[in-house]
Amino acid sequence: MTGTWHLIRLILRRDRVLLPLWLIILAALPASYAASYAELLPDDAARHQYAVTTAGTPSFESLLGPLFGDSTGALTAQRVGTVYAILALISLLTVIRHTRTEEDAGRRELIAATVVGRHAALSAALIVVTAANLLLALLITVTLAGSGLPAGGSLLLGLSMAVTGIVFAAVGALTAQLTENAGPARGLAIIVLGGAFLIRAAGDPADSWLSWLSPLAWGQQAQPYADEKWWALALPLALAAVLAAAAYRISVGRDVGAGVLPARLGPAGSASLASPFALAWRLQRGLLLGWSAGLGVAGLAVGGTASAVMDAFADNPQLADIMARLGGGASLADAFVAGLLGIMAIAVSAYGIQAALRMRAEETGLRAEPVLATATGRVPWALSHVLFAVLGPAVALLVLGVTLGISYGVSMGDVGGQLPRVIGAALVQLPAVAVLTGLSVALFGLLPRLSALAWGALGAFLLLGQIGAILQLDPLVLDVSPFTHTPRLPGGTLAATPVLTLSLIAALLIAAGLYGFRRRDIG
Amino acid sequence: MVSGLHKSFGRTHALNGLDLTVGTGEVHGFLGPNGSGKSTTIRVLLGLLKADAGTARLLGGDPWNDATALHRRLAYVPGDVTLWPNLSGGEVIDLLGRLRGGLNTRRRAELLERFDLDPRKKGRAYSKGNRQKVGLVAALASDVELLILDEPTSGLDPLMEEVFRECVQEEKRRGRTVLLSSHILAEVEQLCDRVSIIRNGQTVETGTLTDLRHLSRTSITADLASPVADLPDVHDLHVDGTRVRFQVDAEHLDAVLKHLSHAGVRSLVSQPPTLEELFKRHYETAARS
Ligand SMILES: Nc1ncnc2c1ncn2[C@@H]1O[C@H](COP(=O)(O)OP(=O)(O)OP(=O)(O)O)[C@@H](O)[C@H]1O
Ligand SMILES: [Mg+2]
Repeated sequence: MTGTWHLIRLILRRDRVLLPLWLIILAALPASYAASYAELLPDDAARHQYAVTTAGTPSFESLLGPLFGDSTGALTAQRVGTVYAILALISLLTVIRHTRTEEDAGRRELIAATVVGRHAALSAALIVVTAANLLLALLITVTLAGSGLPAGGSLLLGLSMAVTGIVFAAVGALTAQLTENAGPARGLAIIVLGGAFLIRAAGDPADSWLSWLSPLAWGQQAQPYADEKWWALALPLALAAVLAAAAYRISVGRDVGAGVLPARLGPAGSASLASPFALAWRLQRGLLLGWSAGLGVAGLAVGGTASAVMDAFADNPQLADIMARLGGGASLADAFVAGLLGIMAIAVSAYGIQAALRMRAEETGLRAEPVLATATGRVPWALSHVLFAVLGPAVALLVLGVTLGISYGVSMGDVGGQLPRVIGAALVQLPAVAVLTGLSVALFGLLPRLSALAWGALGAFLLLGQIGAILQLDPLVLDVSPFTHTPRLPGGTLAATPVLTLSLIAALLIAAGLYGFRRRDIG
Repeated sequence: MVSGLHKSFGRTHALNGLDLTVGTGEVHGFLGPNGSGKSTTIRVLLGLLKADAGTARLLGGDPWNDATALHRRLAYVPGDVTLWPNLSGGEVIDLLGRLRGGLNTRRRAELLERFDLDPRKKGRAYSKGNRQKVGLVAALASDVELLILDEPTSGLDPLMEEVFRECVQEEKRRGRTVLLSSHILAEVEQLCDRVSIIRNGQTVETGTLTDLRHLSRTSITADLASPVADLPDVHDLHVDGTRVRFQVDAEHLDAVLKHLSHAGVRSLVSQPPTLEELFKRHYETAARS
């Protein structure tokens, strides 16, 4: 353990902005859901009605998780289903960032050569993420109990979140030991997470044993505010211990810098790698394929559940009528798809930011310098990445539109009619996504050191979208988020003004970023 | 090439009125203690950094405004070549060569052979020295007028260091200009026609090595017939009976030798100034100031 403490301090210093940011966002979400349920469904009858007709339907359970009971707490425990997945993602990425990414950059060697134990880097990363998860549990417990929910259930909910984060931190720790580079380690861990999500999404609506195979399901299976199975917390903890032990074993047995899965030899040369665009393609194609495939699978998985929503509301014309009016005259299934696309737009924006900030990673990794010291101009170099950051999300949205359109069409029995509508609805998300890409490019060009603020902006917009309406914030504040302006399709009306305005803003931000990048120092 | 260059990063003044002139066709050594501003100067010359003040001209152009046009005519090797983890060494060589405007494939093959480099490995699989070789092959295989090398041999083993020196000498014979920043004095001594020494972002010395030697002191140890009490204009005088040891500046050498021959010289050993001593003197004053 020698040196672990120093490394912990190093991690805390490097993550001094990011760590509190995600802790605050994730801690705020459950209480805000609870508050919204308490306000919208004040009495038992309303809650019961909602539980039977909406929250308990297969599509809701598939998307969010199982519903146990109809108390405000139980509804909240279901609603936070997506937060489990977000927390798992953040936890595994953080661990990989502080282990394999460091090693990749050669910084681990610098540290491994000082008086630091073999395991120090792995231990430090795991300790920080575990502690952060426990702190999150505490924050969630306090905020939920503070909003009037039972203290025991609040504690169980908080802890069930924390143990989920910890399991996936251990998944990240293990994949970081397996591969030789951070990219594949992240990919592998995210595939595990995606698999866990799909298993849960398939198992929960059927109330099947299948769910128990997914580590992502265990948290909600502890049934906070319902049956309260505290022992269910032992499962993730045991799995985390096994995974971490495996990671430690591999870490002892391998060399610094090496992986277990072998690295392959590449070609001895390349005739096609002759332009900044060709280089950008090589650097960006993994992201593009990964995101497109992921969104494609997600589209297939959730599109089919839309018809279940229909069925649920068919039994309750009164409620269907209310919801239809809320959705701007749209049919319920349409409103469901539109809401889904709204969430997906946030995810795709993360891709846009990631692709745009590749430029910053290239710059700080000193890989931009040799390229810019050739006859490659700064603007062509930047544009070739921007191209992927704008068109990549477009392709991913198109794939999502196609798979969602097909599965939704199949479940509605009208593929020919639904497919074009859903594709259009998916693509209409692009301007808002491009604004985030543009913001990243602008930050990169004008304030390179603050590039990571793009993530902060995405987090803020996510928060605004999730809780803004509930807190009844001033519409002016909500208008700050580009996602507020995206037309609600399918079902709503396609207004040209917001789409064009968002596109224009995105273009201006990109232009400003390129302008700044031409004028500033590299490095 | 450069005169009165200023560049600051926040509160650090990296360059403080630096002057540097490299003649066409010469190999110019660029020396200075760590953090003295060598890499910063090179980045300004490459148009990667914008100077705060002063003028810089490169191959008759402005490094900032004419960057892409100038970059066709030069090749650059950084002191720490970083590669893309998912590209093989051969791909990086081809990429950088083509982006520069072309690559001499015969020379590429020959250099790979001479540097004993496997171009199929992926970026991460190369050792530090082999990464450096990728950068060197990419630069040396291009037909350019100017090579800008920032500590290019850091991490190379002695054999490869030798190959590098041969290559630079070949480039020189071809009439190319080389700006070589280095901490390896033997390399500088063997390759460079002229050197510039900088310190704290200012040029402190520039000239041929012979010029610089003249600025330095010769060490002399002599056995005399009769003891001398004092010698004018010498440094670090040690007298031990009839044995004397001291250092003397070039311009006083003649006078001091006359003094010694008065006392009668039995034996005399004189050591020319080594480059090490020369630099140590400059570097140490840098540390003190
Ligand atoms: N991007 C930067 N931001 C802040 N300070 C910098 C930056 N780049 C260089 N410096 C500072 O400028 C000064 C000169 O650095 P430079 O890299 O040019 O030195 P050098 O002569 O190349 O040293 P070495 O021999 O170690 O390579 C140093 O004090 C360094 O800390
Ligand atoms: Mg340097």
